[in-house]
Amino acid sequence: MKLNAPNLDVDALIRDRSITIIVCTGAGGVGKTTTAAALALRAAEQGRDVCVLTIDPAKRLAQAMGLSVLDNTPRLVAGVCGPAGTGSLHAMMLDMKRTFDEVVEGNADPERAQAILDNPFYQALSSSFAGTQEYMAMEKLGQLRAAASAESSWDLIVVDTPPSRSALDFLDAPERLGSFLDGRFIRILTAPARGAGRGIGKLAAFSFGLFTNVLNKILGSQVLADVGSFVAAIDTTFGGFRERADATYKLLQDSGTSFIVIAAPERDALREAAFFVERLKTDSMPLAGLVLNRVQGGGEIDLSAEQATASAERLEKMGEDERLTAALLRLHANRQKIHTRQLHLAERFTAAHPGVAATTVPALAEDVHDLAGLREIGDLLAKKPEPPSRSK
Amino acid sequence: MTDVWWPGVALHVVSGKGGTGKTTVAAALALALAHQGKRTLLMEVEDRQGIAQLFDTAPLPYEERKIAVAPGGGEVWALALNAQEALLDYLDTFYNLRRAGSVLRRMGAIDFATTIAPGLRDVLLTGKACEVVRRIDKRAPNAYSAIVLDAPPTGRISRFLNVNSEVSGLAKVGPIRNHADLVMSVISSPRTAVHLVTLLEEMPVQETIDGVSDLRSANLPVGGIFVNMTRPPMLTSEQLREARSGTLPALGIERSLAEAGLTFDNQVVTALMHEANDHAVRVDLEAREATRITELGLPTFMLPLISEGIDLGGLYQLANLLRECGVR
Ligand SMILES: Nc1ncnc2c1ncn2[C@@H]1O[C@H](COP(=O)(O)OP(=O)(O)OP(=O)(O)O)[C@@H](O)[C@H]1O
Ligand SMILES: Nc1ncnc2c1ncn2[C@@H]1O[C@H](COP(=O)(O)OP(=O)(O)OP(=O)(O)O)[C@@H](O)[C@H]1O
Ligand SMILES: [Mg+2]
Ligand SMILES: [Mg+2]
Repeated sequence: MKLNAPNLDVDALIRDRSITIIVCTGAGGVGKTTTAAALALRAAEQGRDVCVLTIDPAKRLAQAMGLSVLDNTPRLVAGVCGPAGTGSLHAMMLDMKRTFDEVVEGNADPERAQAILDNPFYQALSSSFAGTQEYMAMEKLGQLRAAASAESSWDLIVVDTPPSRSALDFLDAPERLGSFLDGRFIRILTAPARGAGRGIGKLAAFSFGLFTNVLNKILGSQVLADVGSFVAAIDTTFGGFRERADATYKLLQDSGTSFIVIAAPERDALREAAFFVERLKTDSMPLAGLVLNRVQGGGEIDLSAEQATASAERLEKMGEDERLTAALLRLHANRQKIHTRQLHLAERFTAAHPGVAATTVPALAEDVHDLAGLREIGDLLAKKPEPPSRSK
Repeated sequence: MTDVWWPGVALHVVSGKGGTGKTTVAAALALALAHQGKRTLLMEVEDRQGIAQLFDTAPLPYEERKIAVAPGGGEVWALALNAQEALLDYLDTFYNLRRAGSVLRRMGAIDFATTIAPGLRDVLLTGKACEVVRRIDKRAPNAYSAIVLDAPPTGRISRFLNVNSEVSGLAKVGPIRNHADLVMSVISSPRTAVHLVTLLEEMPVQETIDGVSDLRSANLPVGGIFVNMTRPPMLTSEQLREARSGTLPALGIERSLAEAGLTFDNQVVTALMHEANDHAVRVDLEAREATRITELGLPTFMLPLISEGIDLGGLYQLANLLRECGVR
């Protein structure tokens, strides 16, 4: 597919040694994990020491990278190296609960840490809360980055982002969760005695009282009690969830960071991509460009869907011998229709965001589940668009 | 196939991996079930206005609205549920708190409550769906003949539906407990069927297989598998074999193209053969994954990829296909 946009030169990006973090984001299911892994592999094979942080990769892909256990630490991927023995690839899968536990253990004395780990509210928070995965992905990125500079173990970290409906969740969820946990609300409701509720107005105070009451009734008093003891336990230990989230957020604004936004050629995915691109601009986060993934091939030959269908009809009337060619033309017409629709959707994006570099990756006939598949995706990502075709 | 599937089912829950077509299939199902003057309700729970987008209408309020007519005079209604409204509703019904509720909402308290207890959120949403189902039993004038729920994805569906265990950490007595019991009495009964949407690709199929076993171990009633966006073979098996091995008769194709009056260069024949090869690989993949789906032994419905994309026309097309397979 030929897009009306500047070319996203992936190889230039991964060769640029000043880039130390590449973040792959996009709507759910568009190919974030695949792209992150493919880029990481390609960068390693071009001589960089890379660590890729994947989130919920498909089982076979994980196995192909040697990740059979979820142990929350980067593992060297065997058999990957660049020219003249340079370059290496480490890969890991995020374990959000473990990451959260480690944050707790690293910030509180053992006794207090244990109290937090045992708290039912903490257990829910660390395993099933909306936003925890994003928060922990950021946290892990921060840790990897710190390890990278301390041990000079790798010079490029490629980050996959959690499977969320909205790409913006990666940026917003940690902050949202952080403010929630640090928030006034959780304090007032759990410890009104500390006077946190002072100065909020009579009606509000009344409503709070009433609400706490109702909440206790419908949730059971244990829930608020658990939240209360959790808040009390963390209060004295780490310096605020929000601050933590903010610190990693800053890392993302660094000029050594680069975002790649991935989209499928579908309305929803491209809309998400557009939101994300605009947001990066607002927050001055560096965007490398758009990867339009799983594009239906088409446009290689000058034969439109209409022409192909008309010819197929003609051939079908001619009888048995022409069936094969008729079927091939129908097949082509179908592909062409999908291609045209996708091109149209992509053009709406490029027209609205003319400065954004882009590249396309065709839909392979099969899933990507081994290193060879990742290499192929890498090649396709880096492939330069053909020069304008000679006019006939 | 002339039998009607799921004759006693009132609540159809549609789940599946993200992006496989849950919303599309749920809508097509609601249309198919609304044939011949029946009235169905299509509900969504994720605050995304997916139904409004699909039917190309203004965002739906927290209120039942007619959104489409089915062929033969039936009607599809829609309701976009949201946990906050449902909680306010609930507070009002049981505690007479609507007015204080709006103050609390402005302060973010409603958000807070549904955040600290995600189970509460789910019980409120499923509760609303069950309330609509129970209208049928009460023979209420506003009862629907069937309800289709565009539900959360496979990864969360068992938990979403299994409200009993969801609220087990919450109050042991009181209205929310009763509420949960009532919900379970509908959801784990033969009045409910949980359908899964999948594509014939490795990950969605795996998720479907895992999903079915999760649902079964939670004692939730599994309905059918809707295999979406399939690409039925367009070549005979002999042709596919040749396409795979690159032995399609290039000269014959070239001659036929000329016959059809197409002016072309060599590239066209090569490209067509290449496309045929892609198609064959895809057909093989789909056949492989389809076997895994068949092994589940569940009613399975095939819905083709609509190359023009899904608009209202495409939706009716899918609904008709479902009806032809006995979904009515
Ligand atoms: N260009 C491609 N051609 C064919 N298959 C692809 C392509 N890109 C990705 N896939 C396949 O699509 C599926 C989804 O890809 P992937 O897991 O990378 O998406 P994701 O954005 O990480 O999804 P999630 O939001 O669930 O994390 C995988 O099975 C992968 O192998
Ligand atoms: N049979 C089909 N033919 C062509 N396109 C389809 C088909 N079914 C769904 N689609 C398209 O695929 C995309 C995803 O479909 P849909 O929104 O229904 O999925 P979903 O499972 O509800 O997604 P989400 O997980 O985001 O809620 C949409 O663009 C839709 O138009
Ligand atoms: Mg992923
Ligand atoms: Mg949907």
